[in-house]
Amino acid sequence: MTRLAAEGLSAGYGQTPILRDLTLKVPTGAITAIVGANACGKSTLLRCMSRLLRPSAGRVVLDGRPVQGIPTRALARELGMLPQSPIAPDGITVADLVSHGRHPHQGPLSRWTAADDAAVATALEATRIVDLADRDVDQLSGGQRQRVWIAMALAQETDVLLLDEPTTFLDIAHQVEILDLLVDLNQSRGTTIVMVLHDLNLAARYADHLIAVRAGRVHAAGHPDTVLTEDTVRQVFGVACRILPDPTSGRPMMLPLGRHRTTADPSHRKDAP
Amino acid sequence: MLALVVAGVALTLVTGPSLTPPLDVLRVLAGQEVPGAGFAVLDLRLPRATLSILAGMSFGLGGAVFQTLLRNALASPDIIGISAGASAAAVLAIVVLGWSGAAVSLLAVAAGLLVALLIFGLAWRDGLAGARLILIGIGISAMLDSMIAYVLSRAPAWSLQDALRWLTGSVNGATLGQVWPLALALMLLGGVLLLRRANLEALRLGDDAAAALGVPIAREKLVTVMAAVGLIAVATAVAGPVSFVAFLSGPIARRIAGAGRSPLIAAALVGALLVLLGDYVGQHLLPARYPVGVVTGALGAPYLIYLIILSHRTGRPA
Repeated sequence: MTRLAAEGLSAGYGQTPILRDLTLKVPTGAITAIVGANACGKSTLLRCMSRLLRPSAGRVVLDGRPVQGIPTRALARELGMLPQSPIAPDGITVADLVSHGRHPHQGPLSRWTAADDAAVATALEATRIVDLADRDVDQLSGGQRQRVWIAMALAQETDVLLLDEPTTFLDIAHQVEILDLLVDLNQSRGTTIVMVLHDLNLAARYADHLIAVRAGRVHAAGHPDTVLTEDTVRQVFGVACRILPDPTSGRPMMLPLGRHRTTADPSHRKDAP
Repeated sequence: MLALVVAGVALTLVTGPSLTPPLDVLRVLAGQEVPGAGFAVLDLRLPRATLSILAGMSFGLGGAVFQTLLRNALASPDIIGISAGASAAAVLAIVVLGWSGAAVSLLAVAAGLLVALLIFGLAWRDGLAGARLILIGIGISAMLDSMIAYVLSRAPAWSLQDALRWLTGSVNGATLGQVWPLALALMLLGGVLLLRRANLEALRLGDDAAAALGVPIAREKLVTVMAAVGLIAVATAVAGPVSFVAFLSGPIARRIAGAGRSPLIAAALVGALLVLLGDYVGQHLLPARYPVGVVTGALGAPYLIYLIILSHRTGRPA
């Protein structure tokens, strides 16, 4: 079943085309990871899907309606998006920032309601930042700050959540923590999640659906077992690799092969002469 | 805040060359004839206080909107030349063309919008960068200021009385007739801005984040900038570019309202208070009589220097 889809999407900045006639379907209630080399159009795709960027051709469809025709505020109640580098205003507290997630649910004259309070409280709990609610966002660590931004998107209470590289600049412990959090969300609320990820192995392990983008088109899409192959990695990233089964999850795991240190060379051993 | 403004008004109404007893002031306001006090209170001090408040609110609101929208305290309309544009147009209209009244206000608004357009146009390169916009604005502001000085230097001696108004801003000789266009502008444009304050707060998270929260970015920015420029321009056409009120109100209001809440209402009140008290200080507390702009200028200049030093040290705009 599909609620969100892109049909024949072309887009770019200025004269440079980045997406070329791209078509894809996002499985509802699943976690989708978009992977690809730098500048292949991953972020542009996400920006088009969330209507931050207007495509030059084609369209993005949500529940059968083109998103360009949905009023901005109404769209923001159904589809949330965490951009790559949002700005935390100086001195703002965690609770105040998360409250911004309620923006699309409020009119210019409407008051803050108990439902708004409940949504914010739930978002703080789900991201486990209740203790931080009164702290300044500036004072938090990178991982904590990312959880605050995700909490803001959660307070928006959308069925679909898009995230542009939510784990970039985080250390491995925080990357795993954020991905676990997204799985929790997906399982407890059935939220459809689409995220751009850099780490192929984490993408293969955490996503139900993997989309590999190359030169503005979908190169392969499907279950990670079928998408993450030696051929796909070579064609999409231009790097040779070995694929092994991940001993813990059984999902495919990729080991890149460079020009050096790719064989069990005895001279690399400590006891070599 | 509101209480402070009321106290400021009371102070202004009571104080003149001679003090009027508060009871007499109340009786005059209630419509009674009070010999010796009626003219001073109703025709001199009341219009002056009203104009101070309205102009201060307009400057405060307009300034806070610009600072919020461009995410930079330096991006205030009195720094980046929008007040100077409105001022220059008003000077030209009055001195050269001999206009008066609403026509001057309209021309000032048009000029303010034109200067805003020019600055935004010159600063535009794949999006709007705050620092470039501010530098271009300061340059344009300097050009317009020198134009005002030139026109004034060629003006006949009798109109030089008004000269100071166009250089630093002043509420001298305020009449109730001047108050109406400003009151109207404040109600219409100020109302537009206040209704949008949640959107403005969302815009502080960055364009992408705000759009994701359902703010139609392009339309919101256009509407709020136009409304803010309109407010600043009308207020400037009436009271002159009262120095640094727009620039100071936002940051003070932000401190009062707290980082999480919209500072717009607080900014309007701070602006009103700055003009009201600045004028009071200039009129009654200094050895000679100074227009309000001189007083607010003396307050604002050190803060401007502080901000510039700060942004130089931290390497990012304040």
